Amino acid sequence: MSFDAIVIGAGHNGLTAATVLAQSGRKVLLLEASVEVGGGARTIEFHLGFKVSPVAHVVNRLHPKVISTLKLEKHGLELGALAPTVVLSSTGPVVLHGGWGDRLDGVASEEDRKWGEMRKVLLGQAAFLTPFLARKASQFGQFSWRDKAFLAGRAVTLRLKGREKFEDLLRMLLICVADVAEEYLSDDRLQALAAFDAVLGQRLGPRSPTSLLGLLYKLSGGVNGVPGGQVVPIGGMGAVAASFAASARAAGVELRCGANVARILVEDHRAVGVILADGSEVRARQVVSATSPQATLLGMVGPAHLDAGLVRSLSILPGKGNVAKLLLALDGVPDLAGMAGRFVVADSLNEVERAFNPSKYGEVPDRPVFEFVMDKSGTPDGAAVISACIPFAPYDLKQGWDKGRKALTKAVMARLEKHSPGIGKSVVHAELLAPPDLESKYGIPGGHWHHVDMSADRMLMLRPLHELAGYQSTIPGLTLCGAGSHPGGGISGISGLNAAQSVIAGDAV
Amino acid sequence: MKTWDAIIIGGGHNGLVTACYLQRSGLDVLVLEKNDWVGGAAVSRSLTPGFTYSNCSYVCSLFRPEIMRDLELPKHGLQIIGYDGGCTFTRDGDYLANYCDHDRHRREFARFSPRDAEAYDRYARDASRHTRFIQPLLMRTAPDPASFRPRDISELLYLGRKFGEMSGKQMAETLRFWTMSVSDYLDQYFETDVIKAYLAQSGIIGTALGPMSPGTAYVLLHHYMGEVDGSTGSWGYARGGMGAITQALAKSFEASGGTVRTGAGVEQVLVRNGRSEGVLLEGGEEVRGRKVVSNADVKRTFLKLVDEKDLPEKFVNRVKNFKIRGSSGKVNIALDSLPVFPALPDGSPCIRGDLHFTDTVERLERGYDDWKAGMWSKDPFLDMMIPTMMDPSMTSPGKHFMSVFVQYCPPKVQGRDWTDADRDAFGETVISQIAEYSPGFRDRIVHKEVRTPRELEAEVGLTEGNIFQGELTFDQLLFNRPVPGYAQYRSPIQNLYICGSSTHPGGGVMGAPGRNAAKEILRDLKRGTLSFSEAHDVI
Repeated sequence: MSFDAIVIGAGHNGLTAATVLAQSGRKVLLLEASVEVGGGARTIEFHLGFKVSPVAHVVNRLHPKVISTLKLEKHGLELGALAPTVVLSSTGPVVLHGGWGDRLDGVASEEDRKWGEMRKVLLGQAAFLTPFLARKASQFGQFSWRDKAFLAGRAVTLRLKGREKFEDLLRMLLICVADVAEEYLSDDRLQALAAFDAVLGQRLGPRSPTSLLGLLYKLSGGVNGVPGGQVVPIGGMGAVAASFAASARAAGVELRCGANVARILVEDHRAVGVILADGSEVRARQVVSATSPQATLLGMVGPAHLDAGLVRSLSILPGKGNVAKLLLALDGVPDLAGMAGRFVVADSLNEVERAFNPSKYGEVPDRPVFEFVMDKSGTPDGAAVISACIPFAPYDLKQGWDKGRKALTKAVMARLEKHSPGIGKSVVHAELLAPPDLESKYGIPGGHWHHVDMSADRMLMLRPLHELAGYQSTIPGLTLCGAGSHPGGGISGISGLNAAQSVIAGDAV
Repeated sequence: MKTWDAIIIGGGHNGLVTACYLQRSGLDVLVLEKNDWVGGAAVSRSLTPGFTYSNCSYVCSLFRPEIMRDLELPKHGLQIIGYDGGCTFTRDGDYLANYCDHDRHRREFARFSPRDAEAYDRYARDASRHTRFIQPLLMRTAPDPASFRPRDISELLYLGRKFGEMSGKQMAETLRFWTMSVSDYLDQYFETDVIKAYLAQSGIIGTALGPMSPGTAYVLLHHYMGEVDGSTGSWGYARGGMGAITQALAKSFEASGGTVRTGAGVEQVLVRNGRSEGVLLEGGEEVRGRKVVSNADVKRTFLKLVDEKDLPEKFVNRVKNFKIRGSSGKVNIALDSLPVFPALPDGSPCIRGDLHFTDTVERLERGYDDWKAGMWSKDPFLDMMIPTMMDPSMTSPGKHFMSVFVQYCPPKVQGRDWTDADRDAFGETVISQIAEYSPGFRDRIVHKEVRTPRELEAEVGLTEGNIFQGELTFDQLLFNRPVPGYAQYRSPIQNLYICGSSTHPGGGVMGAPGRNAAKEILRDLKRGTLSFSEAHDVI
């Protein structure tokens, strides 16, 4: 049996790519190794009666183009209202309402004004970058007239904003978030939040140059048309994935779960299909992979079909995760400053920096900073779950994750206990997912949400490598569509959408 | 009262370079220096009888050969002695030597890892390609990307063309290189800790960043683009100490008719109606000049010497936010005999070069973590030299001067000012690290001078003791250095210029900022630049 296209991996990007390809009239097979779709966007019962989204837990950059192309709302996508961010600090909470704090509670009025100034500058810069992130990245040396016109247009747009904004962007694009936060703000809690949001998921601390870019990336997203906005989706991330899957099925995608791709079949230097773990072979004219570039090319294609330089470049791609998840089932609802939404636990920018330090050496911090969401919807009455993201938890831990899981859980619980006394006693089940666990349980390569670091040297035309920047791999017929491709990680669906469009446009030979 | 054509505030190497070029172009120039000697951070001082210290900067490579030629510095006594060798001691009693000769260096790498030896060829080739891209930019004024003047547009086009000459792959690699950490950069090539540590050192010297901070790969390049006698990437000693460079500059300046006044600290730049008219000295004396050029760093110039009300608010804010962070200290030691390093074989040339004890990137980075916490590194990185091995003019036979550059050292100790006790403890940290590798080291010490950022600021006038007059991060390079819109050596005040390392292309005893500033001043005066030789483009 033969298909027009096989898509490997039914995460949100694989689902998007498959759907768009099927919408174009192609016969598409979507293969997922796990028993269910969703990849990093799913919801599971992790303890009897308790449901949680074990990997991604908020939606903050699902792209409007993806929502409309896949008609996700028609297929059951329900995002709900914007969730605030609450900074829990030892000096009392700050609440950021709307899109990244268009209104603040809990700070002095002068600080509120300074925050507004900074936010305006950053949102302005993020908005300038948004078009770069939505369109397909061009490759060096292969700029089309469209690319050149786009770049010229952006440059003119920027200059028309006036000399000051122009200069600010050129100066700040590669700066560290600490310099900006300290320039504008004096409240430790707001500085901590800016720092945390910039470095979550990165291998950078707030004082590392280029760390502001992480924040600009975050602010280039948003939901419900609100830049910087976020929601904790109704029914968890699984419900979001379900709407993607419904859209795929409606478009005629054949979806097969439990189908683990062992190899991509290459004949005469062309991808012609896949071989599954059970030995069966499926052929197609195009193969599109949503898993990481390293797993796709080094693992499934194999070095024999690749240029030696490319093999070296792929093998040093930074693809090891740096964020752990802690899932808690609670038999009571903790009191968290009377708020709901996303919580960030960090006292100061320097504390974020100190938490980052040990991760450089393969150690976990004694005093972690983290974000979490609390959800009561998928639990028995009067109970709740907490899902926390803890940055600076390196994949390769010196002491080993057997010890590390206990140490990190204890450190996180100690901080939670301060903000919600008694929470420790209400825990009925706790599970720490280190990056290796995210890899083995949820198929996230390297346990890295972004597949490849979202560092300045791995963005735009350099993502994941300049040879692979246009979604097409060096093997004809093989396209990359995952988070390792431009624009990168987060539940946005843009890499899936762009990759599929590039196949349709005939970029894939 | 006499009105000078130009007054230079500060007789550091850049101030003197500007002064020389202006004087040679027919201007009547006065250099005002607050200390009783000229030289700024390139000085040779006699602090104990019988020894000459290069007590701030200590090696030479970056100083532009074009300037040396234009200003006839060899004629005025400057001699640079290239050194071959150096090593990094490892904790297991071994060492990694470094040699100027590529093949010899490669063989040394092979002793640790044949794979790294092979990678070294690739590494050297790539590094020299990056250098080739950057080096010509040193002697050019950075374009203002926000401006529509033909000169800025044509300069931008020049940059674009230069970039466009590369292949797609090279463009990608160049862009990546600019934003990478030196640690990530080296991981692409090497596997051996000590090799990476040895190469990473150049990525952090003078910088308030660790080897794992993005942007440090560029700093590595900043230390590679120099040359000694046409040999790119080589380093050398100035015979007679680093003061020989500024002495030669001062002699060249005076020979062409210039005037130097030492012991003349400037209190204020006199500004009327948005124009500078001269300076007020610390004693109350007024000196008038048509152009005033400050060799002081951008913060000292605009926040101390100029009244804030004479400057636009946005400019003042940007200057206040200019990052100039002290990250290093210096220990200068007079020795009554040559220290012994048992790890080195007898007669090894390594002792003539730079010696280090930091054998892993992690140790370097942990040193930076201490700095971030407001302390000097418990296990600091030392860049140590014994220039008297090559230059007998600095002390009597058998005796030696040792220069120890130390990183990291904070401008303030956990937020408070340095005390003498802190300084002594810092010095002790350094001496004990050396003594671990060199038995009997302490007994050889005749005299030592410990310099923290406090001393560097007080004596040389470097804000926070930052040796580059400002961090070399992207937000402070090229057209952003020192602040956007004022990267062309001019200031918001008419006739007031800056010529120090706060300006493009930045720090190091390079002289390029001074030369570029002189060119801009002459441009404003509509004078030719005949005394400037062409900057050479090829390495």
